[in-house]
Amino acid sequence: MSVDAATVRHIAKLARIAVSDEEVAALEPELNNILGWIEQLQEVDVTGVQPMTAVIPNTLRMRQDVVNDGGIRDDVLANAPVAEHGFFAVPKVIE
Amino acid sequence: MSNLTDLSIAAIRDGVRDGSFTAREVAEGFIANVEKGRSLNAYVVETPEHALAAADAADQARTSDDLKPLSGVPIGMKDLFATKGVQTTAGSNMLGGFKPVYESTVSRKLWDAGAGMLGKLNMDEFAMGSSNETSAYGPVISPWRRNDGGNAPLAPGGSSGGSASAVAARLCPGATGTDTGGSIRQPAAFVGISGIKPTYGRCSRWGVVAFASSLDQAGPMARDVRDCAIMLEAMSGFDPKDSTSLDMPVPNWEAALSSDIRGKRIGIPREYRIDGIPEEIGRVWDEGIERMRDAGAEIVEVSLPHTKYALPTYYIIAPAEASSNLARYDGVRYGLRGTSDGGIDGMYQATRHDGFGSEVKRRIMIGTYVLSAGFYDAYFNQAQKVRALIARDFERVFNEVDLILTPTAPSAAFALGDKSSDPLAMYLNDVFAVPASLAGLPAMSVPAGLDGQGLPLGLQLIGRPFDEQGVLNAGLALEERSGFTHRPKAWW
Amino acid sequence: MSSYRIHGATGEWEVVIGLEVHAQVVSNAKLFSGAATEFGAEPNQQVSLVDAAMPGMLPVLNEECVRQAVRTGMALNAQINAWSRFDRKNYFYPDLPQGYQISQLYHPIVGEGVIEVLLDDKDESTAKQIGIERIHLEQDAGKMLHDQHPSYSYVDLNRSGVALMEIVSKPDMRSPEEAGAYVRKLRSILRYVGSCDGNMEQGSMRADVNVSVRKPGQPFGTRTETKNVNSVRFIMAAIEYEANRQVEVLEEGGTVVQETRLFDPDKGETRSLRSKEEAHDYRYFPDPDLLPVELSDAFLDECRETLPELPDAKRHRYEQELGLSAYNASVLTADVTTARWFEELLAATGKAGPEIGKAASNWVISDLFGALNRLGRDITDSPVSPKQGADLLGLVADGTLSGTLAKQVFEIMLETGQDPGRIVEERGLKQTSDTGAIDKVIAEIMAANEDKVAEYRGGKDKLFGFFVGQTMKAMAGKANPQVVNELLKKALG
Ligand SMILES: [Mg+2]
Ligand SMILES: [Zn+2]
Repeated sequence: MSVDAATVRHIAKLARIAVSDEEVAALEPELNNILGWIEQLQEVDVTGVQPMTAVIPNTLRMRQDVVNDGGIRDDVLANAPVAEHGFFAVPKVIE
Repeated sequence: MSNLTDLSIAAIRDGVRDGSFTAREVAEGFIANVEKGRSLNAYVVETPEHALAAADAADQARTSDDLKPLSGVPIGMKDLFATKGVQTTAGSNMLGGFKPVYESTVSRKLWDAGAGMLGKLNMDEFAMGSSNETSAYGPVISPWRRNDGGNAPLAPGGSSGGSASAVAARLCPGATGTDTGGSIRQPAAFVGISGIKPTYGRCSRWGVVAFASSLDQAGPMARDVRDCAIMLEAMSGFDPKDSTSLDMPVPNWEAALSSDIRGKRIGIPREYRIDGIPEEIGRVWDEGIERMRDAGAEIVEVSLPHTKYALPTYYIIAPAEASSNLARYDGVRYGLRGTSDGGIDGMYQATRHDGFGSEVKRRIMIGTYVLSAGFYDAYFNQAQKVRALIARDFERVFNEVDLILTPTAPSAAFALGDKSSDPLAMYLNDVFAVPASLAGLPAMSVPAGLDGQGLPLGLQLIGRPFDEQGVLNAGLALEERSGFTHRPKAWW
Repeated sequence: MSSYRIHGATGEWEVVIGLEVHAQVVSNAKLFSGAATEFGAEPNQQVSLVDAAMPGMLPVLNEECVRQAVRTGMALNAQINAWSRFDRKNYFYPDLPQGYQISQLYHPIVGEGVIEVLLDDKDESTAKQIGIERIHLEQDAGKMLHDQHPSYSYVDLNRSGVALMEIVSKPDMRSPEEAGAYVRKLRSILRYVGSCDGNMEQGSMRADVNVSVRKPGQPFGTRTETKNVNSVRFIMAAIEYEANRQVEVLEEGGTVVQETRLFDPDKGETRSLRSKEEAHDYRYFPDPDLLPVELSDAFLDECRETLPELPDAKRHRYEQELGLSAYNASVLTADVTTARWFEELLAATGKAGPEIGKAASNWVISDLFGALNRLGRDITDSPVSPKQGADLLGLVADGTLSGTLAKQVFEIMLETGQDPGRIVEERGLKQTSDTGAIDKVIAEIMAANEDKVAEYRGGKDKLFGFFVGQTMKAMAGKANPQVVNELLKKALG
């Protein structure tokens, strides 16, 4: 599988990364190089193999249903680029 | 007392305890070294006040006989660990100026154990890199130089390059590192120090900026095996805030440290003898095998047939997880916000264009691609299956042997700029480190010799899950027999 | 059962409906953090560092949310998956701090189940089985305010990370009415189980409505998904509108576009959300921060043991044990708070079976509901308690109060909140069966109306009512009507 410039733009759009024409031109061969290399995995016979879910045998623990967090609005907003009236503010979204 | 900065963590701890010197003297010595060593670019933030406060607390504790395991020991903290009130950027412009309101579990544990912080250590951006050249703060320079008279600045390895350089140059006696696909072991090998990545789940990931969640593990980097054991003991432990944390007691690794490995079976994987790597790597490996035999271990040739697929597997899984983990850097709640007149999507795209460096963008793109519609099964799911096969290889081999011995990296340190233009060549640096990461196994690098240009080479020991003790003990046996005392000559 | 059809120019069209209901799980804390879930807090006050997706923050699963999903699955007769897993659904939006929603795509916690709905409450023969495809757990997103600032949208993360159950039906519904009945029944069950408060106004329950049309007997047509419809009425209106729109498109030779749409309640129509549609590729993969969820038999047993009697079972029991009509049983069991109130009332009467069932159910449905309706109150804040209601019924049963007196006493109870016994005592509203007193009054009335007595005795039976009325009036309504009847018959001969 190989990617063309349009695919590079599409992936960049999915990842929300702006790309200039030069960046696309640079990325296209780089990505193809890497994707071509990982392609070799296709030759591994994985019949009957379950995809790995936990690298070390371990079971999920669950938390109790207790409220022990929150009420820290100042902390939550402390590093915000723009915060107003207790909200994060972002460029207006038109729905 | 300038030689205090040559002491190991164990020696500093013991010296403070028995009153040979004060913790403040130690901290001041290292703070002076940090200042002198600025040209190495190892620290991105210096926090002498933190180190001094911990030192004073240690000196106080000594008078009241209340010393803790790391009282008097100042350390360096990789900038991937969130430190409360101290800038934490993961080496990225994206987090420029970010001051967490929280402390990572690992750093909290270290402070609770009495350690102080000399500063935040430079690293590859979001831990993506093997040379520390992807940092937004510029590359870290290795304190080592080739003995050929050329003074080409060398890479300290990555992503924990700041940690490696700082420990090797005595800018701290020990440092934290994180290892996703070799980021503790490879830099440790490049600068002639020790570093251990414990079993996945030993160290909490809470408060550690995520790269690839199923692989990320914190661990110590220090000048010898004992120091690694001491630090790892303080860093490890169950954390209910990390769902993948191991709910197991932390063994007393230092107390049980022993270089007596008689009767241990050590596997030498055939597939790690790959073409095109310097002959010196093979030589150091063979010497290591001899030393293990000399220490009474039984050497067994073993096979890990899926080894060659580990790196491509890693370069699917790690970017896939990263593409998702790094989606939170969107300019909304913290960090950089790019400007654009293209509405919310324009803001996202500008933020992520300006905030991320090219290697991070490359990996996000790869990760996004392999997860995208139609490719999930061919790439990600296939990779998770191959990953299972790689883990199975180890499982089978560990029925026969107790440990595996391999080279840590396929080369000695290279010059800055040598590989940064070729991502694939850079990725190959982790060819020996990545398999153990994929299987979540404890693995350690210890210095084992020098190459023809006088640069350090490391050997890697891989153990069974939870057997950090076995890894440390074999590392100690190797360390004792290698007698590696080389250190870079200060030029900085 | 239902033969809802759209009559187009080219013939009849059948509507196919599937619903994805998002139900907020009742829990104190969020799905993966310890922040509170309570409704109506100040912006960003119920947000933990995990909910705000600060660097290095990690999710830890709330056991209660898992329990609630499992209990819900059990109540829907669904397959419970003892092994399930969380996946990440990746997309960018300012109300989604992580850049992904933790959800379950590949291995949901609950598999296939079924809900039986009655299209007519009074008629069991209108029952229809609607299949449940799956239930999965996922995080809710935050909230955005677009009208507070000329150039900014504001983001409030209080809801970010609150647990939702997404309950996905099979495309088994064929009319707006069926969809309405399904949602009402689902809400009823969720409220019984206690896993969702079912409050659609506050957004605790909302539906994505999938609609397609086809000629009867043909394969499924292309569907559209109308997102986040938040009332039963709107769901039905959206289906109606969307089905007719699609028929129109098809009959004009067009094709239905598979797309996401929005329902506009003011206009009663749906419109395309194509802007958000573009480039949707959620890149689902297993969340590496979480291990698979493995449920023990003990956990499952506990879930099963804490399931209450469900509405269908309760309805049948009311009919059989209490002798209630299908209608009364259905009205009293539709909502869990009503059923609970009714059962508390029954318990307080100390009686059982049809002896009390009929009287109690009639009183609740006509008197109590009537009063609550008038007062604009909910049964949960009824001014009369179940115990007081039981006391009132007791006073009627033992003859202390006549029906008329009981209504009078009830009105006073509503006004004052006093116990019926006290009201009867203090206001002397007790009905009397004192034959002497009644005989005396009857004698006086007969004496004053000799002409009427003669007419009655001459065969004008209808006049009996006149004597009863006169007697009751003279007794100020407190005479036991039965006793009055008997004594009058005797006296008039
Ligand atoms: Mg939906
Ligand atoms: Zn959903």
